[in-house]
Amino acid sequence: MAKELLKGNAAAGEAAVRAGADFFAGYPITPSTEILEYLSSRMGELGRTFIQAESEIAAVNMVLGASAAGARCITASSGTGISLKMEGYSYAESMKLPFVVVNVQRHGVGLGGLDSGQSDYFRETKGGGQGDYRRVVYAPSSIQEQVDMIYKSFDVAEKYRIGVTIFSEAVLGQMMEAVDMPPFKKREGELDWGIDGTGKKGIRNNKWTIFERVEMYHEIEEQYQEWENINVEDAEYVFVAAGLPARVCIDTVKKLREKGEKVGLIRLKTLWPYPVKAFKELGPNLKGLISVETNVQGQMVEDVALTCRKFKINAPIYCYAYGPGVPMVKEIVAKYEEVKSGKCEERF
Amino acid sequence: MAAIKTLPTGANKHTFCPGCGHGIVNRLIRECIEELGYQDNYCFALAVGCSCNLHSQKGDFFQAAHGRAGAAATGIKRTRPDMLVIAYQGDGDAGVIGLAETLNAAYRNENLSVIIINNTNFGMTGGQMSWTTMPGEVTTTSTAGRNCDYNGYPQHLPEMIANSFSHIAYSARGSVADVKHIMETKKMIKKALQNQIDKAGYSIVEVLSPCPTNWHLDPLKSCDRIENELYPEYPLGEFKTREDK
Ligand SMILES: Cc1ncc(C[n+]2csc(CCOP(=O)(O)OP(=O)(O)O)c2C)c(N)n1
Ligand code: SF4
Repeated sequence: MAKELLKGNAAAGEAAVRAGADFFAGYPITPSTEILEYLSSRMGELGRTFIQAESEIAAVNMVLGASAAGARCITASSGTGISLKMEGYSYAESMKLPFVVVNVQRHGVGLGGLDSGQSDYFRETKGGGQGDYRRVVYAPSSIQEQVDMIYKSFDVAEKYRIGVTIFSEAVLGQMMEAVDMPPFKKREGELDWGIDGTGKKGIRNNKWTIFERVEMYHEIEEQYQEWENINVEDAEYVFVAAGLPARVCIDTVKKLREKGEKVGLIRLKTLWPYPVKAFKELGPNLKGLISVETNVQGQMVEDVALTCRKFKINAPIYCYAYGPGVPMVKEIVAKYEEVKSGKCEERF
Repeated sequence: MAAIKTLPTGANKHTFCPGCGHGIVNRLIRECIEELGYQDNYCFALAVGCSCNLHSQKGDFFQAAHGRAGAAATGIKRTRPDMLVIAYQGDGDAGVIGLAETLNAAYRNENLSVIIINNTNFGMTGGQMSWTTMPGEVTTTSTAGRNCDYNGYPQHLPEMIANSFSHIAYSARGSVADVKHIMETKKMIKKALQNQIDKAGYSIVEVLSPCPTNWHLDPLKSCDRIENELYPEYPLGEFKTREDK
C-alpha cells in the first residue's frame, strides 16, 4: 500500500485503531490534542468508544474501568495532564490492567511551555504514581516508528497485563511524515480474565503477589530491550539518545564519520526496560559516552552511568542536556568537540 | 406469623460496623439484583470509603480510586452496555473528592445506577467533616461543630443533579432508619436499576444511613438522629422520575 503523509498525532491515533483499540477517553491539551480530535471521529466511524472526559483524572479512570471490562484501551495527554493520569498508572498496576498512554511531551515544570522535550524521562521510566511498579516505555524517533510501536504495544500490554507508555515529543506529534499503516488487527484469542458480570473472571479473582510481578518485570527486562547501535564497535565517543535527539544523532554520527571522527550512537528504543545489552557492544577504544537529551538537568544520563557500572565500563560520561526543543546536528557536533577537547565536565 | 427471610444467595456476611446502614443497603441492592434476574450480569464500581467493604458480596466489582467511581463505571458500562453497572459510593467519595466525576456522569446521562450512602461524615478515615455534615455537627475536623459560614452549608446531591440535568432518568433520597423507609428505599433502588435495564439513563439514589461508630451513638439512637435531625435538612422522596422527563 502507498505511504500516507500523516501528522504524528493523527498517525498515533490511526495506529491504535489498526491495533484494535476499542476504547479511548481523553481531555484536550497541547501538543497531544490531535490524537483526541482524530479519534473522536475515527472511533465513532468504526463503532468503537470515544469519550471526551471532564478531566485527565476521569479519562484515565474511564480507561481503567473499560480495561477491567475487557476493552483494548488507549489515552493520550501531555505535561500536567499526564500528572493527573499517573495515579491511574498505579491503580492499573494494582489490578494488572493493561492500557496504553501516549505522552506527547511538552517541556517544563508546572504549566510548562509548549516546547518539545524529554523532561518526563524520570517519571515515565521510574514511577510517577504511588508505589513500586513498572511500565514498558517505547521511545520512537520517527512517525513510522511510533506507529509500529503503538501497533505492538497493546499485545505487550495484554501479554503481561502491564501499562505501556509511548514516549513521544511535541515535535514528533506535530510534524508530518510519510507512513505505512499496518493492517487492521484484533486481539488474538480471548482474555482469560476481566469483568463480564458473572464474577468468575474479574478483579475478585485477581490473586497475585508483588514477587510474581517482580519476576515478570525481570522477564520483560530480559526479553524486551530494543535499541539500534550505529558504529559503536570502533568508536571512541558514543552518543546515547532516544526519540528525536537520537534521530539527530544519526545524522551527527554520519557527518562526524565523514570527517574521520570515530563516533557512534546507541539509539534507545525502549526506555524501560533500559537497553543495557546495547552497551555490551561498545568497543575497546571507548573514551567517553555522551547522553543527549532534551531536558535541562540531564535525566537519562543516570541510567547510562548505572549501565556502565554494571559492565565495568570506566569511560567518562558526559551529558548534553539541551533543554527544550530538538538539537541541530551542528549543535551536537559543537558539544562533541567540547567533550573531545576536554572542555566539558564529566557527569559521572 | 413471623416472616423468615433468608439471605440473598449472593450476599456474604458483611464487614461493616454493627448497626451501620451500609449493611442494610448492601442487602437491598442484592435483593433487587436477584429479583431483576441480574445476579450473573452485574458489576459494582466501588468507591474508596466504607463502601469498598461491599466486595464481601459475590460477583464482579471494580475498586475505583477515591472519588472516581463515576468515571470508572462509565468505562465499564460503555464497554459492556448490557451488564448492570452500579456505582456504590459514600457521600465524601461521590460529593466531595469525586463531585466532578459524579456530576459529569449525570451530565452525560450515562446509563448507570449510582447509590450513595450519606452518613454525614467520612466514615472510613475516622469521622471527619463531609460536605453533608450537619450545621453544628461535631466531627474530628469540626470539633466546635460545623460552622457553615466558614465551611459551607450541607450539600444536597440528588436535588442538585435533578435540578441541573433535566434529561436524567431518576433522582431520589431514601433512608434506612426504620422498616417503612427501608422498604421505600428498596423501591427507589429497584427503580434506579430498572431504568438502567430499560436504557433510560442516569439514576441516583442517596440513602441516609447511620454511622454509629463515628456518631458515637448506639444503633437505635443513630436511627433516632436520622429521623429528628437529618430529615428536616435532607427531605426524602423522588426529585426526578422518568415520567417527568
Ligand atoms: C486520594 C485519596 N485521598 C484520601 C483517601 C483516604 N480516604 C479513604 S476513605 C475516605 C473518606 C470516605 O468517606 P465517604 O466517601 O463519606 O465514605 P464512608 O466511609 O463514610 O462510607 C478518605 C478521605 C484516599 N483513599 N484516597
Ligand atoms: S465507620 Fe460508620 S459507615 Fe463505616 S462501617 Fe462503621 S458505622 Fe459504617
